[in-house]
Amino acid sequence: MAWQWFHRLGSPRWFYQKTSAWMPWLALASLLLIGAGSIWGLGFAPEDAKQGNSYRIIYIHVPAAFLALAGYYIMAISGAIGLIWKMKLSFVVMRAAAPIGAVLTFIALFTGAVWGKPTWGTYWVWDARITSMLILLFLYIGVIALSRAFSREQVADKACALLALVGTVNIPIIYKSVDWWFTLHQPATIKFTEKSSIDPSMFYPLLTMVIGFYCLYAWTLIAHTREKILQREWRTSWVQQLMGGESATESKAG
Amino acid sequence: MHPVRRQRLILVLLLVALSSAAVALVTYAMRNNMNYFYAPAAFAAGEVPMEKNIRAGGCVVPGSVVRADDSLDVRFALTDGRAELEVVFDKILPDLFAEGEAAVVTGRLMPDGYVRADQVLAKHDENYTPPEVAESMAAEASCADGAKI
Repeated sequence: MAWQWFHRLGSPRWFYQKTSAWMPWLALASLLLIGAGSIWGLGFAPEDAKQGNSYRIIYIHVPAAFLALAGYYIMAISGAIGLIWKMKLSFVVMRAAAPIGAVLTFIALFTGAVWGKPTWGTYWVWDARITSMLILLFLYIGVIALSRAFSREQVADKACALLALVGTVNIPIIYKSVDWWFTLHQPATIKFTEKSSIDPSMFYPLLTMVIGFYCLYAWTLIAHTREKILQREWRTSWVQQLMGGESATESKAG
Repeated sequence: MHPVRRQRLILVLLLVALSSAAVALVTYAMRNNMNYFYAPAAFAAGEVPMEKNIRAGGCVVPGSVVRADDSLDVRFALTDGRAELEVVFDKILPDLFAEGEAAVVTGRLMPDGYVRADQVLAKHDENYTPPEVAESMAAEASCADGAKI
């Protein structure tokens, strides 16, 4: 009985209708936060004493890397909920999270390479942090590939969920790699248990960017999920009604 | 919770726990290979193979950098707080290379106990400070004692 609310949450129709009102607010919040954070971080934050201006790529690199890791947990937990409760919507969220996570991981790796050249003196090294991050990219790509490898959607859902769950072990490895082993990548700057080793004048724009990226992630994930819901449920009467009502202007269902 | 779902929950948790344990055992078995470089103490202990391509990392000992007058040749010492390692290099150093900062070198350990490097990378630290704040701080070097590399 107590679980009834949870099952209602699993209804694609309920999700689609509920989230319609959130979308413009999430878009506005991410636009404002990322806009303000970029101008603040790139234009007004002081330069670093040792790295000069090249450190400013941190304002893209760190938020992208944060969300690449957090997004993996979102994907894996959605997969687990789908497996346990046989919830359709949960699998849809899992599938939607994979390409977003892959793009964020790629951004983190790419900005890291661009940053590495002027500071370390190389674009790429095979140290534990960078290699485990590359494995994360391959895990995301693996989930995307698996989701398209089966003709039966339910089989693909299960396969993706299992791969996503097995891959979760990589997340703590990425996070702790710089502490467990000798790496070229420096240890974490933003610490949750002690004082962060970044000056407040540089930290607040970074925090703005991180929150902005979280909003953008939520917006992208929900938008992608809504699109997939329409694709999966196109035969149902509520989608037909929705499409009929919005006539030819609606191209999402295709 | 429905018993069937509880069972599936336990299966999912087991899947995560067992696959994590398998990966943990593999990484533990390979723990020496997970390191990107050897610390100077490993050289002192004789753990590093002679005349093979290896990497060494540590803090550049302040005052140890000696440049040749007529070429790019440069010598410096790396330390991890327990041992020191002499490095010889003949190319251009990265901009962030400095005394009291960490560096990672790729090269070969020569019979005389020094490393002839083909590549030197600067390993910058995790601290970000504006120039005025950095100037006012007494200890500017991030790893002068080599305790943290």
